[in-house]
Amino acid sequence: MKPTDTSNPEYYHKVVDCQYACPAHTPVPEYIRLIAAGRFTDAYMINWESNVFPGVLGRTCDRPCEPACRRGRVEEEPVAICRLKRVAADYKDLEDVSNLIPKGPFPKNGKRIALIGGGPASLTVARDLAPLGYEVHLYDEQIKGGGMMRTQIPAFRLPETVLDEEVNYILDMGIDTHFKTYVSSLKEILDKGYDAVFVGTGAPKGKDLKLENRELLNGNVHIGIQWLASVAFGHTTKIGKKVLVIGGGNTAMDCCRTSRRLGGDEVKVVVRSPFDEMKASPWEIEDAQHEDIPFYNCHNPKAFLVQDGKLVGMRFEVVEANYDTGKRKLIPTGEIVDFEADDVIIAVGQENTFPWIEKDLGLEFGEWEMPIVDKTTFQSTHPKVFFGGDAAFGPENVITAVAHGHQAAISIDLFCKGADLTDRPHPMTNLINQKMGIHEWSYDSAVVTDLRYKVPHADKTKALKDRKMEVELGFDFDLAFQEAQRCLNCDVQTSFNFDKCIECDACADVCPTDCITFIENDEEADLRPRLKVPALNQTQDLFVSETLPTTRVLIKDENVCLHCGLCAERCPTAAWEMEKFLYKTAKAG
Amino acid sequence: MTYIKPAFRHPDLQPNAIGFHKKDYEGAISTLCAGCGHDSISSAIVQACFDLAIEPHKIAKISGIGCSSKTPTYYLGQSHGFNSVHGRMPSVATGAYLANRNLKYIGVSGDGDTASIGMGQFVHAIRRNLNVVYIVMNNGCYGLTKGQDSATADEGSISKKGQANPFEAIDLASLAMELGATFVGRSFSGDKTQLIPLIKAALSHPGFAFLDVISPCVTFNNNKGSTKSYDYTREHIEATGTVDFVPFEQEITVDYPEGSNKSIAMHDGSIIELSKLANGWDPQDRMASFMKIQEARMKGQILTGLLYIDPETKDLHQMLNTTDKSLNKLEANILSPSLKSLADINNEYR
Repeated sequence: MKPTDTSNPEYYHKVVDCQYACPAHTPVPEYIRLIAAGRFTDAYMINWESNVFPGVLGRTCDRPCEPACRRGRVEEEPVAICRLKRVAADYKDLEDVSNLIPKGPFPKNGKRIALIGGGPASLTVARDLAPLGYEVHLYDEQIKGGGMMRTQIPAFRLPETVLDEEVNYILDMGIDTHFKTYVSSLKEILDKGYDAVFVGTGAPKGKDLKLENRELLNGNVHIGIQWLASVAFGHTTKIGKKVLVIGGGNTAMDCCRTSRRLGGDEVKVVVRSPFDEMKASPWEIEDAQHEDIPFYNCHNPKAFLVQDGKLVGMRFEVVEANYDTGKRKLIPTGEIVDFEADDVIIAVGQENTFPWIEKDLGLEFGEWEMPIVDKTTFQSTHPKVFFGGDAAFGPENVITAVAHGHQAAISIDLFCKGADLTDRPHPMTNLINQKMGIHEWSYDSAVVTDLRYKVPHADKTKALKDRKMEVELGFDFDLAFQEAQRCLNCDVQTSFNFDKCIECDACADVCPTDCITFIENDEEADLRPRLKVPALNQTQDLFVSETLPTTRVLIKDENVCLHCGLCAERCPTAAWEMEKFLYKTAKAG
Repeated sequence: MTYIKPAFRHPDLQPNAIGFHKKDYEGAISTLCAGCGHDSISSAIVQACFDLAIEPHKIAKISGIGCSSKTPTYYLGQSHGFNSVHGRMPSVATGAYLANRNLKYIGVSGDGDTASIGMGQFVHAIRRNLNVVYIVMNNGCYGLTKGQDSATADEGSISKKGQANPFEAIDLASLAMELGATFVGRSFSGDKTQLIPLIKAALSHPGFAFLDVISPCVTFNNNKGSTKSYDYTREHIEATGTVDFVPFEQEITVDYPEGSNKSIAMHDGSIIELSKLANGWDPQDRMASFMKIQEARMKGQILTGLLYIDPETKDLHQMLNTTDKSLNKLEANILSPSLKSLADINNEYR
């Protein structure tokens, strides 16, 4: 193998599993350390800079970071990264934060851009571009900004005050908002002479179930996301006693839990797929179960049952999952099950829809009637029009929308300057040695064995009475500190200087997880099984040193390194150093 | 603050044949200087005992005084241990071994502890053929008192202060051969592929097994001109052959080329496989081995590997024809002779 080039920022970036997995690449360990130090405002600002909505995401993020967390590979559960983010938002100093957030009016650069849709992607573009002097016009059909964060996430998971605060940080930068304005023509917008247009309209169309008798029913059959929006804006305030929620995704979980709060006493979730394959996040399923909502899996909806023109229930056929062909097949068993229902909520997915984009503008559409969008620049085939969030490549999540927004903002800025869009700015990186003294490090190197702490919940009977009462109470100071201590500080890198190494073996001997091997160099496939502990996790890189005096190389398997610093501590020549790696993705401007 | 070894280990590690994890053979984190050769030897002992699947409570580790003699704290944390007086490890080991022959004994000493203050003890332990693995962590200096030359420092070896040692060195391996030791090996802390099988073979040897392990003192004797530094040892090392230890229940899987290999069957059924043996080396020929060690010494080579072995040896208990049981297992009725036995004994003298 060739020696590893650690000067390539992506090598160390990949070692910080959580940050690497995060679409916005938020420096997770950095803010977790600040939380442990009680520096909540600083922790908040690191998040705000990177993911724009720390308070929202600290409650609702899909958390791609957590399955990636290294701790999950040495014990049962990852660090509660998401809920620690919320701690930063909960305990930050409001005054300090508002002083740190850039405030307009900013000197104008004479460029005007339009944002269609007021969700997380558009708001991110607004935040990145407004301070650079762009005149930003934001269009949304609702009365307030936030998009799906407002309409699809129930208030018991995300209080309105939290959302308002973070949306307003952006709108207060001098954004020209055009609320209650449904954009029905892209041509009209383009004709207004904007230098660029960003489309962040999400995936606003909930799928329906075209089953027998569906056409007879309207009042008591609801489409999940539309129904949630109607609840959020107070148009819908109650639901029947018996409710069926069809679907196994996060929207279904929000629908069933909202139903429980609007008068649904017998709420059932009915899903086609087996329990283990449901799309909803495990924690959201858990929360729904906690509210006494039963799940009926492997039930395929067949028909709506109608009596006297009124909905009385639904008919299902039980299916069986079969994996013989390698792909899952749901095979009907012939068993028919009827469930009674006063209301049915359909939450079986959502789609993009662009009826408002004229077909003759030079903006091409591809498969699934989705616009053709460049994966790096987020530019459409119309050079002035950019896409991001769910509108770009179909339904994802808030953090992905934010990441798209950052990239689109970079592109729009480059575009307005007449620069090459493919010449992307580089990330900012920094390496700082952590050595303070003989046994002293400027990070908390000890590895605690505490298991993941649970976030306290509000009393169930009270919570079910009030749709707006937040269920999760968040970590208090003590719990937050204890949970933060579980972080392995993967951003504190073990950096190896081969020319100082005397091959004394001290690092290999002391390493608690046997990451280090001195061995004759070979091809990667031959080396992996021959290391001190075979390196079987192919997703994790091997660090390979230059050839040492004994003709061997040092190989470190990054997989389960605890970043405890013992290799550096037991190294007599400081060939190993512990260096804190900070990686910040480039932003516009 | 480090000095706390994390509790987590690699999740892929499997337990050994008797269900113990490698962690069960580890000790406290070392407080020796970073980079000390002794730590590598400690780690080799851990690996050897784990691989041989010896129950940790069936091992006793005994040491004297010195950096080397601190090491039993850093390995086999669940085994018996006795940190004795300077140079007196062999006496304590003799006592322990006589009291309980059913444990494995690892005696750890240094070049000061053995070649100076403990020399009288060392030679008698060999004479008595105690069933003990006697490891000397040999760094050629008194590391604990800031690096004065020890009795194993080579003549002309230059100390950290720049002074050449005027005295001839005591070669402990040659001395052990001379005194009739039945297992003599030499190795280097920086070569675990050789050291671990040597320790395993020594643990299987039914008599006194001596291992002289060059273990550089990274703080006081790793300078240019020292003959016990990492660099010097690596440049002058000359292996007698490759050592492989095959426990008795295992199948031999390595193919050794004809002619240059030798299998030595051990008393407990395990096998020492020696391959790539230096021209005509026979580690069971005491005279020839002795000559070769001296030749290498003249040439300035550090000869390592299994230097000599007599697998058919009688240890102290066999020589003294003592009881098979350890003293703590002897019941009162055996320990206290009956009145009749007493009368019989007394009658012998009448």
